[in-house]
Amino acid sequence: MTGYHWQRYTFAQRMWRYLAYLATVAVMVWAVKDLDIYWPWVKDAPVQIADLLGRMSPPKLENLRQIGSALIETVHIATIATLLALVLAVPTAYIAARNTTPNQALLWLGRFIVVSTRSVNTIIWALLFVAIFGPGVVAGILAIAFRSIGFVGKLMAEAIEEIDKRQVEAIQATGAGPAKVVLYGIVPQVLPAFFAVAILRWDINIRESTVLGLVGAGGIGLILQSAIDLFDWRTVATVLIAILGIVILGELVSAALRRRVL
Amino acid sequence: MSVTLPPESRRWRKPPAIANPYARYALFAAVAAYLVWAVASLELSWARIMTGIPRAVQIFSRAFPPDFSRRGLMIDGFVESIQIALVATLIGVVLSLVLGILAARNVVPRAVYLVGRAIISIARSFHPVIVAIIFVKAVGFGPFAGILTLVIYSIGFVGKLMAEAIEEIDPGQVEAVRASGAGFFKVLTYAVFPQVLPRQVGLSIYQLDSNLRASAIVGIVGAGGIGGTLMNSFRRFDYDFSLAILIVMIVIILISEALSGRIRGALT
Amino acid sequence: MILDIDKLSKRYGSGELVLKELDLHISGSGITAIIGSSGAGKSTLLRCINRLVEPTSGSITLDGVELTALQGAALRNMRRSIGMIFQNFNLIDRLSVMENVLSGRLGFVSFFQAASRRYPQADIDKAFGLLERVGLQDYVNKRADTLSGGQRQRVGVVRALMQEPKVLLADEPTASLDPKTSVQILELIGDISSELGLPVLLNIHNVAQARQFAQRIVGLRFGTIIFDGAPADLDEAALDSIYEGTAGTGDEDDWTPIRRRDEVPGAGDLVEDRA
Repeated sequence: MTGYHWQRYTFAQRMWRYLAYLATVAVMVWAVKDLDIYWPWVKDAPVQIADLLGRMSPPKLENLRQIGSALIETVHIATIATLLALVLAVPTAYIAARNTTPNQALLWLGRFIVVSTRSVNTIIWALLFVAIFGPGVVAGILAIAFRSIGFVGKLMAEAIEEIDKRQVEAIQATGAGPAKVVLYGIVPQVLPAFFAVAILRWDINIRESTVLGLVGAGGIGLILQSAIDLFDWRTVATVLIAILGIVILGELVSAALRRRVL
Repeated sequence: MSVTLPPESRRWRKPPAIANPYARYALFAAVAAYLVWAVASLELSWARIMTGIPRAVQIFSRAFPPDFSRRGLMIDGFVESIQIALVATLIGVVLSLVLGILAARNVVPRAVYLVGRAIISIARSFHPVIVAIIFVKAVGFGPFAGILTLVIYSIGFVGKLMAEAIEEIDPGQVEAVRASGAGFFKVLTYAVFPQVLPRQVGLSIYQLDSNLRASAIVGIVGAGGIGGTLMNSFRRFDYDFSLAILIVMIVIILISEALSGRIRGALT
Repeated sequence: MILDIDKLSKRYGSGELVLKELDLHISGSGITAIIGSSGAGKSTLLRCINRLVEPTSGSITLDGVELTALQGAALRNMRRSIGMIFQNFNLIDRLSVMENVLSGRLGFVSFFQAASRRYPQADIDKAFGLLERVGLQDYVNKRADTLSGGQRQRVGVVRALMQEPKVLLADEPTASLDPKTSVQILELIGDISSELGLPVLLNIHNVAQARQFAQRIVGLRFGTIIFDGAPADLDEAALDSIYEGTAGTGDEDDWTPIRRRDEVPGAGDLVEDRA
């Protein structure tokens, strides 16, 4: 009787796994070596981080009023921008969905709008709009709105493309015109997705709005930036805690809305 | 054409989404009031917006055609961003696995679980740009701060999903391994990991894609990568260079997203 | 009502002709059952009439009006006078029974009326009357997807009747229902047809039911009519000529192929392999 032999992976599988490990290690080594990292600072990092955290405590409470109103401004920016984006994203999604787009040209236009607004980060949009409209909330609202159009537009277009065509067919058979076909055949099918996406994006936008001020586009980021510039670390700590609070609040509200609406 | 039964006259209106009329009107009023308050308190000035239009035209005309001549600078920036994303993803994913275990209710004691969840929640709540600024102040400008930032970013996302995946594993498998006398780590290796690792690989690839996008912007606050190059081009009004950078950025993001989707699809 | 179909042909893409110069004349009232295996073209035939599918060539006239030439508003007006019920009911799942029923009037009301659900009182009276007729008066505001299959098809019938159509197209309305409910629906269609003098074109794959409920049977085979007569004339020989050697491709909702698989060369091997 010969001894039994069991191995977890066949020879070929083992070779592929080694290859994958090797490739990963090679890529990592290249990445780390090539990066312009100043290694003494890396060794020093824990000390520096601890030092910074030390300088942040205890958080300063003097400017609470100002921080509070800046937080509210941040929420306003997020909310108004999300609403604006929703209004613009719906027609964009309509023309970007293969089954509802009126013609090929509009399909490409819709796709282009979705792809370009999604791929450019909110902060970069903010940079652009600050350059155009100057510092302030206008730049911030437009930045958040533009990024959101891509996000909402893509998800809504996907939802539209996945509808049950048979329901649409039945409405067409009654002699309804195209607008009424959309109203009864498409809208009820995509409404749940619409609300889910809208609430999700609003939640994300709260987070995004907190950093707009760092490039001058309004909100609590402005206070954060000036505190950092003045090395006022204890105020920085307060602002960070406030941001944490508003983000958690936003998540709670979103969860509650989702339960109510969906 | 008539119907066989005599019709009785009845009124019908679509039942409103919120049944209680007081609640409904209160909600409308609240929403309207909020919008009015928000718009008013933001001091939006139409004059500002109007002056922006000609400036926008000016900027766009300066942006065309995009300037690809400073290729070297661009390539350096993008390569640095990619490197930051790669290293941060590897470290972040490994840490996420550890943190995911520490934040899974069914694997660790409650106290540990609460701390684990708290760490992950805090990591998620801060925008990577904010985290980047803090790290830049702590460890200096450059890619190291960027890597640390994206590690935190990865932990927040992948860590949470790993914790959830671990909480959803089949307890029967854990029970079986434990019944054979295996200790904590052996239980992990034989009962937990086989159930969650496939998910982790998919998540890691998704996170690599996310980190690539994020690494582009942490540079704006000095944490390395193309973000810094882009910021400078804006500051110097080199809008044609900015447009070139943006175009390449969009292309890279789209390629990365397509690849990521393909690989994840092939894995399942 | 006179429906004249003349040399109707339909080809999907660059494939085979699904309907081959089909001639059919329907007049008066009563139920005309269309039988045939899947892929015979039953669904396509019905959908060509209300132009949910575009005919490749041929003519269809309804009371003298050439349907194949209509466009835009004229096409939509024509569709108002043709009611249709579907195998999968095709109700708007998330809307209530009443909204589904009222959607039968969409060809007659304005966009604002449709959006705000403020339909003319006459429509609402009619809706209530019909819902009572089919026994669904207690389901008026229930979401359509909470109903059973039989209930949903009843709503579908009411929706079609709200259009006050000249003719009713029924595309395998009982294929998704259990036998008992199928009979209920067919009885309902039969009653409505005789009460209202409404001619019905009924696609059906259950030959026994076709014989029982229809006054005329049309047998379709690979896009041509090879039987057209009274149910009594439908004998074994006629059935063989309609169904023989058909394997069933194309119409993915038709499960007839599973019954006939043992007559298809090679199908037996498949069955054995799986066992």
